[in-house]
Amino acid sequence: MATNSALLAIIGDEDTVTGFLLAGVGNVDLRRKTNYLIVDDKTSVKTIEEAFKEFTAREDIAIILISQYVANMIRFVVDQFNKPLPAILEIPSKDHPYDPSQDSILARVKHMFSSDPSGPSSRY
Amino acid sequence: MSGQGQRLNVVPTVTVLGVVKARLIGATKGHQLLKKKSDALTVQFRQILKRIVQAKETMGDSLKASSFSLTEAKYTAGDSIKYVVLENVGSATVKVRAKQDNVAGVKLPKFEYFTEAGETKNDLTGLARGGQQIQLCRSSFIKAVEVLVELASLQTSFLTLDEAIKTTNRRVNALENVVKPKLENTISYIKGELDELEREEFFRLKKIQGFKRREVEKQMLLNKKHAEVAALKQTASLNGGRGQSDNNLLQLEADADEDIIF
Repeated sequence: MATNSALLAIIGDEDTVTGFLLAGVGNVDLRRKTNYLIVDDKTSVKTIEEAFKEFTAREDIAIILISQYVANMIRFVVDQFNKPLPAILEIPSKDHPYDPSQDSILARVKHMFSSDPSGPSSRY
Repeated sequence: MSGQGQRLNVVPTVTVLGVVKARLIGATKGHQLLKKKSDALTVQFRQILKRIVQAKETMGDSLKASSFSLTEAKYTAGDSIKYVVLENVGSATVKVRAKQDNVAGVKLPKFEYFTEAGETKNDLTGLARGGQQIQLCRSSFIKAVEVLVELASLQTSFLTLDEAIKTTNRRVNALENVVKPKLENTISYIKGELDELEREEFFRLKKIQGFKRREVEKQMLLNKKHAEVAALKQTASLNGGRGQSDNNLLQLEADADEDIIF
């Protein structure tokens, strides 16, 4: 992070994105490029995938928030991405309850914990 | 040799032995240090794991609350509110700053969220109706962002640490299972070779000693014989007679004996 201040990017359904934009996360740069993507029924997987790749490639984005059901649509791309920066966060959305087992990071956390007796009881 | 592949290819000399010993000491020290580093990282890692699980739970709750408050806002302000919000996006006011934490030489990125001073266009959103709900919704989403940023930095630390621990453990294992045995084997090989050389040398010296002693004895025997013969000749030539020669011979033998003892 050269500028030492970075943006958050959001990929999610309309409500989630609206909420975060209301909080002041949204950004539109000079070329009218946004740091968010609203996914609805008409959005193709290809569009999401391209947006995700663009966000991960951008220098000024440190965290990408992605609705879990959207992440599931492009799971292979999300799993492929293994750099520490930007951080990919899968968030629950209103219509889709959160399932921790699908989260690629949390799956690893759980996997680590399964060998640790002090962890949650979900042992395999 | 059985462990041919398990040792360095060196010339077995005392100098090389010293060098290899120094390397073994270095490897041992490095192994100890790396082990410590790995332990420190693992401790940190465990803490982060616990905090990630907690933060994920908090995130679920806060996002649920935010969604609910958004629904409330929509109910009071009307569904069209989202278009206003979407249209009013300018430059971001909520941003993150990246800091770096240092754990045992591993740099962990740490995010810090901050709001940039500046008026948001959303301040006036919902002025007509439902303004309070919208502001509530806004603050609940800001809270959610706070949690998410925290979670993001934990997650990034998690990934970085995971990688660092893997690398460190690989190094520890390499030192323990490859480098150290190799050096130890080399040392024992050099020691064996040096012992062998010493034995050879010792044997050679012994052999030479024995050879020399035999030579000396042979020489002495020869000298004695010469002396006897010379004495005999002398007495024979002096007296000329046979009667006394026996006596002289005895005398001579005594003398010769004395010589040997001497």
